Amino acid sequence: MQICRVVGTVVSTQKNRKLEGAKLMLVQPLTLDDQPRGTALLAIDSVGAGIGEKVLVVIEGKAAGDALGKKAAAVDAAIIGIIDAVEVGA
Amino acid sequence: MQLARVLGEIVSTMKDPNLMGLKMLVLQPLAASGEPTGRTLVALDSVGAGVGENVFFVRGREAAFPFYPAEPPADATVVGIVDHWDLE
Repeated sequence: MQICRVVGTVVSTQKNRKLEGAKLMLVQPLTLDDQPRGTALLAIDSVGAGIGEKVLVVIEGKAAGDALGKKAAAVDAAIIGIIDAVEVGA
Repeated sequence: MQLARVLGEIVSTMKDPNLMGLKMLVLQPLAASGEPTGRTLVALDSVGAGVGENVFFVRGREAAFPFYPAEPPADATVVGIVDHWDLE
């Protein structure tokens, strides 16, 4: 899973039938120092995340489909948790 | 599978129901030399690993297998704690 920040929402009317009802968010992967790293990607949201929140994004097709609750959905990334804290060190 | 060091833990209250009760670890992948290499990531824990330990983890669909018959949405899971490794 990657630590990301939700930076936007995506609206799409014409899309694959399996994606109907899915909430699409634009997420920016972060380093442990909260710096942007790499290219922002699209993830479906199954936990009710909002813009600006730090989230956990799973980047794997089967897991993303499970999060969406649909089999064989054409998705490859999903927000599966909202991060309260990252405890590093000790 | 790949070597990694456990850097920390994730605290998350609002998450997928299939992740309830599972520990999530922040990992830094390691080269064979023990040097950090590549991006940090978050993985589920199936072996009781803790911060500072060297572990190995599996990526991909197989990451959910240690929790069978549960199917948590995972793309990486720690599947072993490394006692030591040796290079020729």
